Amino acid sequence: MLEITLFYTAATVALIATVMAMTRANAIHALIYLIVSLLAIAVIFFLIGAPFAAALEIVIYAGAIMVLFVFVIMMLNLGDKGDRQEREWLQLKVWAGPAVLAIVLFIELLYVISTAEGPVSTTSVSAKEVGLSLFGPYVLAVEIASMLLLAGLVGSFHLGRRYLERDSFDVENSAARREAE
Amino acid sequence: MDGLNIPLNHVLLVSSLLFVIGLLGLMIRRNIIFILMSLEVMLNAAALAFVGAGAHWGQPDGQVVFMLILTVAAAEVAVGLGLVLQIQRRFKTLDMDHANRMGG
Amino acid sequence: MRELIWLIPLIPLLSSVTLMLSSGKFPRLLIGLLGVGSVGSAALLTLALGLDFMANPEVLQLTLWTWMQVGSFAPGVAFYFDGLTLVMMSVITGVGFLIHLFSTEFMEDDVSYARYFAYLNMFVAAMLVLVMADNLLLLYLGWEGVGVCSYLLVGFWYQNSANGQAARKAFIVTRIGDTAMALGLLLLFTELGTLNIQSMVGAANESWQVGDTLPLIACLLLLGGAVGKSAQLPLHTWLPDAMAGPTPVSALIHAATMVTAGVYLIARTHGLFLLAPTAMLVVAIIGITTSLIAAFTALMQSDIKRILAYSTISQIGYMFLALGVGAWTAGIFHLMTHAFFKALLFLGSGAIIHCLHHEHNIFKMGGLRSKMPVTFWSFMIGSAALAALPMTSGFFSKDQILLEAYQFPDIGPWLWFAGLCGALLTAMYSFRLVFVVFFGQVKTKPDKDTGWRMALPLSVLCGLSLVGGYFIIPVESVFPMSTGTHPAHWVEYVSISVPLVGLLLAYLIFQSGQLRVDGLVNSAIGKIMRQFWLSGWGIDWLYERLFVRPYYAFASLLKAEPVDAVYGLVVTFNEALNGWLSQSQTGRMRWYITSMVAGLVVLVAVALQLSPEAI
Repeated sequence: MLEITLFYTAATVALIATVMAMTRANAIHALIYLIVSLLAIAVIFFLIGAPFAAALEIVIYAGAIMVLFVFVIMMLNLGDKGDRQEREWLQLKVWAGPAVLAIVLFIELLYVISTAEGPVSTTSVSAKEVGLSLFGPYVLAVEIASMLLLAGLVGSFHLGRRYLERDSFDVENSAARREAE
Repeated sequence: MDGLNIPLNHVLLVSSLLFVIGLLGLMIRRNIIFILMSLEVMLNAAALAFVGAGAHWGQPDGQVVFMLILTVAAAEVAVGLGLVLQIQRRFKTLDMDHANRMGG
Repeated sequence: MRELIWLIPLIPLLSSVTLMLSSGKFPRLLIGLLGVGSVGSAALLTLALGLDFMANPEVLQLTLWTWMQVGSFAPGVAFYFDGLTLVMMSVITGVGFLIHLFSTEFMEDDVSYARYFAYLNMFVAAMLVLVMADNLLLLYLGWEGVGVCSYLLVGFWYQNSANGQAARKAFIVTRIGDTAMALGLLLLFTELGTLNIQSMVGAANESWQVGDTLPLIACLLLLGGAVGKSAQLPLHTWLPDAMAGPTPVSALIHAATMVTAGVYLIARTHGLFLLAPTAMLVVAIIGITTSLIAAFTALMQSDIKRILAYSTISQIGYMFLALGVGAWTAGIFHLMTHAFFKALLFLGSGAIIHCLHHEHNIFKMGGLRSKMPVTFWSFMIGSAALAALPMTSGFFSKDQILLEAYQFPDIGPWLWFAGLCGALLTAMYSFRLVFVVFFGQVKTKPDKDTGWRMALPLSVLCGLSLVGGYFIIPVESVFPMSTGTHPAHWVEYVSISVPLVGLLLAYLIFQSGQLRVDGLVNSAIGKIMRQFWLSGWGIDWLYERLFVRPYYAFASLLKAEPVDAVYGLVVTFNEALNGWLSQSQTGRMRWYITSMVAGLVVLVAVALQLSPEAI
């Protein structure tokens, strides 16, 4: 009973926090709401028997990824001017069309999930089982994921370099600059 | 435990709602930071659906896919935020409607 | 001596090429010498050849070289020389020489003097090849060669676009006939395996019976070519317009030689036509119909050259009648005499036109009898011969044709009667011309009289027109003998008297004015008939509507490229689609995302609709 109460509470928190995150003008505020949402989802994970996923959600999502966001936002230093700009952009006429589309899609999803029946098992799936699956049948997926992370690493390193700030991606110029540096 | 378990379709309902909210945010926001956040929300919603389904069958596969989604999210954010920095430097704005040089 | 026959077409050809290459840089005297001298020497050679042939009438076949060889098809550049060839060659070179001489005066003020003689010499060469050819392919080469020269010379004064129009008309209309002829050649070659005229006729006699379908088709196709070239119904409309060329050209090409090529072709292939009596009947009927229609039209014309042109059509109609009834010798005889007196008449009209500042309308002439005596006598003699007054050359030939037509089985007397009507009309229109132009008041004063270079050819042709009837053409070995008995004497008397009646009528109407026809002409029916005949029985009008305009309409339709337009639609559609799709490429990411979501919504809906059991 407690679990059910906790699930609905966490679900409500997650939804509200997400809506708030999506509608904030200030990026940092939005980010805080997003972290709250992620934590609530972590609670849901825990409740439906995935403690390992819950831990990862907190550590990696709410921790590492959100910290990245915070760093970037701090680097950009948008300030009040950005906030005002964001509020101007959040007009009703901007909302209307996408909202209709989103609602239609939601109705379709509802129709799809309406046939899903039965409860969620509360017996937790341990980290050991997950690990065995990961390095058993899913080992190829793990390899690919590691490649993806490597590519992400290289890509973000490249994009973050300062000389791209200047006007050209030109190979010769960049080579010349590298020498100059 | 005593027949009052969490129904699967409620989990999926929460997941769908989160997904649609993320999608809505993706469609209406112009700031690229918020666009990336919306993407995170949508990825999370998908992850929730996977984990819920995995729990329904008592299998670890849902969590495995969750981890893959986590990987994708991490890589995407790393690259995406790198792009944010470049866009800010180049266009002096984060408004994606201004970065429309590919317009036909 | 006879082996040098190849020189005869070669000399004018060389002269023509020389004149063409000279690009007008030669002095006029040299041009004249070349142009006239080449045809003159060809005429002398022909004369020598003729004398030789008279002494020793032996057929000569001379192969110069093999033109081409494709399998069993190996036409040679080969000449065949017999009595018929000799007659034709004599006409071409003899009359041709006189006309060349006449031209030197007629064209003396023209800037394109060299071009004129180059074309004219080339024409003579091509015409000689036509009549000397041993096989139908070489004949066809000459046939097309004269067609080209005719085109070039009709459109000689090309600065006036109407002349170009007339030249094109002449070329295209004869080309229609030539296409039929080419088909006939192909048919003959596929069926008989050779185009050599003599062996072809032999093979045809072996493999075909009289009255078979194949010889009929072949003959009708050949007849198509002959009809086009000789300006017979229904392809005669080009000849009156071809008068746009210089008058000596009309005399040479459109009266004496080229237009009789059709007659020559049928006479040359008479062995085939004998196998197809129906085709011969068609020839006779075409001939007599054309003859009458053209005679009526000639009676109404006021342009001196058009009168002569219609009279030419009419006279060639007589030749076709002769060929159709099997009077081969009479047909060729009339061809020769016609060449004499029609060349005479054309040259005479050329002299008038030359001395009267290019005036063509006979009603603006008059009283020229004393001013231009040579021309007057030329016209008198020429018209007498044309009208077939007794003892002139035309009398002998036309009389012979009519008599043989009378003996034609079944419809013979009818043909004879129609021919007589034509003869009556011929006498009327020819003397109408004489009376209007040479008698009465002087309306336009000539500023000069003919020089010797005009007078000499006229005089020679006068002599030929008078005595030409006494020539005996050496074709008895070429054609089968006519087997008919001599008809009753009254037939002959009627034939003789009809032209005299015509002359009398012409005198009464156009000279003394004792026979008033104004009332008849000015009545309602008279006016319509007059207009109808003046326009050449409305045939040009009909063709204009039946063929020319639909063709132009079709051409302009095709000019718009309707087939391409269909493919153009594909292009237009794709371009529209491209423009429409590129509108959607705004570069705005939110728009892309929204579009994707819209697509996703639709796809999910479709998927749910298609497979509801999958969920």
